[in-house]
Amino acid sequence: MTVFTDVVCPFCGCLCDDLEVTVEDGHVKGVKNACGISRSKFLNHEKNRLEAPTVDGVEVPLEKAVDAAADILSTSMRPLVYGLSSTECVAIAKAVELAELAGGVVDNTSSVCHGPTILALQQVGESKTTLGEVKNRADLVIFWGSNPSQAHLRHIIRYSGMAKGRFIPNGRKDRYIVAVDIRKTGTTRLADEYVKVEPNRDFELLQALRAAVRGHELLAESVAGVPREKVTELAERMKTAKFGIVFFGLGLTQSEGRHMNIDAAVGLVAELNNHTKFLLTPMRGHYNVGGANTVTTWQTGYPYAVDFSRGYPRYNPGEYTSIDMLARGEADSALVIASDPVSTFPAGVVRNLAKIPVVTLDHKVTPTTMLSKVVIPVATAGVEAEGTAYRMDGVPLRLSKLVEPREGVHSDAEVLEMMIKRMGGRAY
Amino acid sequence: MKDIIVKGGYVYDPLSGVDGERMDIHLSAGKVVEEVPERDAKVIDAKGKTVMPGGVDIHSHIAGSKINLGRLLRPEDHRKDPVPRSKHTRGGVGYSCPSTFVTGYRYAQMGYTSVMEAAMPPIGARHVHEELNDTPIIDKAAFTLFGNNYFTLKYVREGDKEKLKAFMAWLLKVTKGYAVKIVNPGGVENWKWGRNVDGLDGNVEGFDVTPRQVVTMLAEANEELGLPHTIHLHCNNLGIPGNWETTVDTMDAVAGVKPTKGRKNTVHVVHCQFNALDGDSWMTLKSGASKVAKYVNAHPHVTLDMGQVIFTDTTTMTGDGPWQFRLHGLTGNKWVNSDVEMEAGAGVVPYTFKKNNPANAIQWGIGLEIALMVKDPWRVYMTTDHPNGGPFIYYPKVLAWLMSRKARTDTMLESNKAVMKKTSLAGNYREYTFNEVAIVTRAATAKVLGFKDKGHLGVGADADVSVYDVDPSKWRPSQYAEIERAFRLASYTIKGGEVVVKDGEVTSTPLGSTYWVKAETPPELEQELVKELEADFKKYYTVSFRNYPVEDAYLPTQRVVKAQGGVWK
Repeated sequence: MTVFTDVVCPFCGCLCDDLEVTVEDGHVKGVKNACGISRSKFLNHEKNRLEAPTVDGVEVPLEKAVDAAADILSTSMRPLVYGLSSTECVAIAKAVELAELAGGVVDNTSSVCHGPTILALQQVGESKTTLGEVKNRADLVIFWGSNPSQAHLRHIIRYSGMAKGRFIPNGRKDRYIVAVDIRKTGTTRLADEYVKVEPNRDFELLQALRAAVRGHELLAESVAGVPREKVTELAERMKTAKFGIVFFGLGLTQSEGRHMNIDAAVGLVAELNNHTKFLLTPMRGHYNVGGANTVTTWQTGYPYAVDFSRGYPRYNPGEYTSIDMLARGEADSALVIASDPVSTFPAGVVRNLAKIPVVTLDHKVTPTTMLSKVVIPVATAGVEAEGTAYRMDGVPLRLSKLVEPREGVHSDAEVLEMMIKRMGGRAY
Repeated sequence: MKDIIVKGGYVYDPLSGVDGERMDIHLSAGKVVEEVPERDAKVIDAKGKTVMPGGVDIHSHIAGSKINLGRLLRPEDHRKDPVPRSKHTRGGVGYSCPSTFVTGYRYAQMGYTSVMEAAMPPIGARHVHEELNDTPIIDKAAFTLFGNNYFTLKYVREGDKEKLKAFMAWLLKVTKGYAVKIVNPGGVENWKWGRNVDGLDGNVEGFDVTPRQVVTMLAEANEELGLPHTIHLHCNNLGIPGNWETTVDTMDAVAGVKPTKGRKNTVHVVHCQFNALDGDSWMTLKSGASKVAKYVNAHPHVTLDMGQVIFTDTTTMTGDGPWQFRLHGLTGNKWVNSDVEMEAGAGVVPYTFKKNNPANAIQWGIGLEIALMVKDPWRVYMTTDHPNGGPFIYYPKVLAWLMSRKARTDTMLESNKAVMKKTSLAGNYREYTFNEVAIVTRAATAKVLGFKDKGHLGVGADADVSVYDVDPSKWRPSQYAEIERAFRLASYTIKGGEVVVKDGEVTSTPLGSTYWVKAETPPELEQELVKELEADFKKYYTVSFRNYPVEDAYLPTQRVVKAQGGVWK
């Protein structure tokens, strides 16, 4: 029996790094300190696994599957490489290299989650911090369109709510928590204040707050369903906090206004910095979606939606984003890595995906593997393979290899490297 | 690998005392050697050309969260400069925030073979090393940020220099850093509350220490540890008119520090242009270069780099969070701030230096004044603080300005008159020689960084050589465009004994080494330190102590440099 301590959890953007995992005879037997989702990921990682590489549903040796995958990608006109947010960084780098080699498009799941956050950053910037400063200093925490009590289970405990820090010796007692949402959630229940915003009207509320922070008098009786007094009171609370932070989620990025909502939030926070310290940080979902953006950016200059058809990287969300590529019927093959677009993309887009040859690298059976022409089982990053992951705030941590994958099963990075070699790529 | 003879070029190897002599350089197994047999060697004809050791950039921002935020922030910058893939190279983007591959290629194309990443936040060290591993050809090292680190401030407050030394040795080891970087000491800690520190004697909140104490103790500790490079210091009050005084005060604060064996210097002041402003507002701005140069000329413990301004659209990025917020306020440009728990911060703001802007014209003049007024070229180095003053691809332009008064005059005539009135540049007739260029771009930088095998072509040196297509025996300063052309694309760049650039084209992309420094600490002291660190990590960090050190997996090509050995009490 081996007990691994300080294990990094490969589930959500929190990347909790204090897990204790017990391994016996090459199997995970117990997990301590983890949240329910994390525990389930570790304990069930052997369930529902892909048994063997397949081409057209027929089991084949790995080499044959790699050959078939390489053939598909190198003979198609417009291959799309997608996924990447639930694997480690070397695999992400290899996927970018492969897309470049094939003259295709590489995109990651941020095109369906925090893509608008990135667009807003490119427009106006962003004032952010690593989570430790929140733990040490934040006396005002605002969750806006995000629900960590159900999506980032230990966020509030480890970083933003109960956590005690240098200037927050009493943890939760020293913090005022505000939750802005369209409905009651676990997070609004544990907040000191719940601000109920009408659906799709976050932008107005953010702008009204910004106006109030600037000292303008609000004339409207209510904004986005929030009474005027409550808006000015919240603005005042923000100005007088010692250290405030907004954590925002898909409630802000994927509701009406999208990147303009984030633009408004960034503007509000920048404004507040004339009065006190204020920051904002996106609640990233998949554990390494941050890494997918980070690696793609250092290799190509752009975080997602990168096209290599001209031999150099081009960036155009809305054109080279996966959903748009598929909706237009433009992609004529797809390589999916560590993701399940069939479960998450709109139905019409999935229908188009079903029309083209799809190569999928995954460790489990998913709806996407079921419609793929080529399926290659891989090791689970963070359990069976090591590598780097970037936390939601950009802190890089080392994922561990706790158990050996089954014989003949390789990591995402290794399989991608085989495909690159087969496609005539060279070592750079 | 085939042996190489670089034949018949005009060789500039200041560390070996070779000043433009025509001679052959023999390379074998990655090193400069006495002689190799010509029949088995690849002979490179350097006749009528300039031969120098590979360039060594002492201060640049090429890897890690800060430059990557710049890349993320500026798709419009990339659109100006797309770089297609080729037979030997990956595609990417260039200009002010180049992708990692392009960074490596372009430095090599200019004949540079070693580049220092100037600011590594410890908790983000893995990120820096991952990017360095994707930066081909050049050798690299990264400077770990210390000036606002919780433990630095704690040990300075406690006056415990021995513990501070042990901490420095430990942090360099776990981050795989090469030198001690200090950015706006105390100011970045205060920025965590949205404030800055009020100059060298201001108060660092929560610690009740002053930047003066922080800088002095770090400098003493650095020298007592015998680290290969001195402290690498970004002074307080950067970018604020009148800051030349803070800069000189800061230099003077470490005048009494005893340098480590074998050197006289105890501090390197970075991108000095931004810290040599005189006047009391942007309206009354004038050059403070002469005052800074006067001090430096009289005090051998100081080295500088220029931080030269280029008139172009660029991306400013520093670990100086409060300054970047100020710049955002001055320009209204988009602003990224990125605070780092317990240790550091950073900011990124795009900026355009304009010829017709009086302040920018003066800044342009100040950078050159510093390089021309500091008499000893071994103590002032050519940088643009890439990409803060301008992208590194403009280095050849800076060399032209240094080597040709006509080049400077031509630019001055196109610029705001303020540069004539508020700087002394017009009256400066000094022109750098080829030998001086070799000093400020490779020999002196390698020396001050403590790279024994770099920056020269003596036997045993690394086989890093650049050959430039300019004949120094015929060149005249009026032909400054020739300098720009020749130094932009080297005829040959040889890295580790391998030709990596030929006629300006990248022909091979080996992965260079990453250097880091190991300093010994008495074991009992280290144990005591680790116990203290562990306790505070538990309370204040969000990563566990065990997950903090950078694993060897991130350094596939590491080279460890040992510190000279400490003075311990």
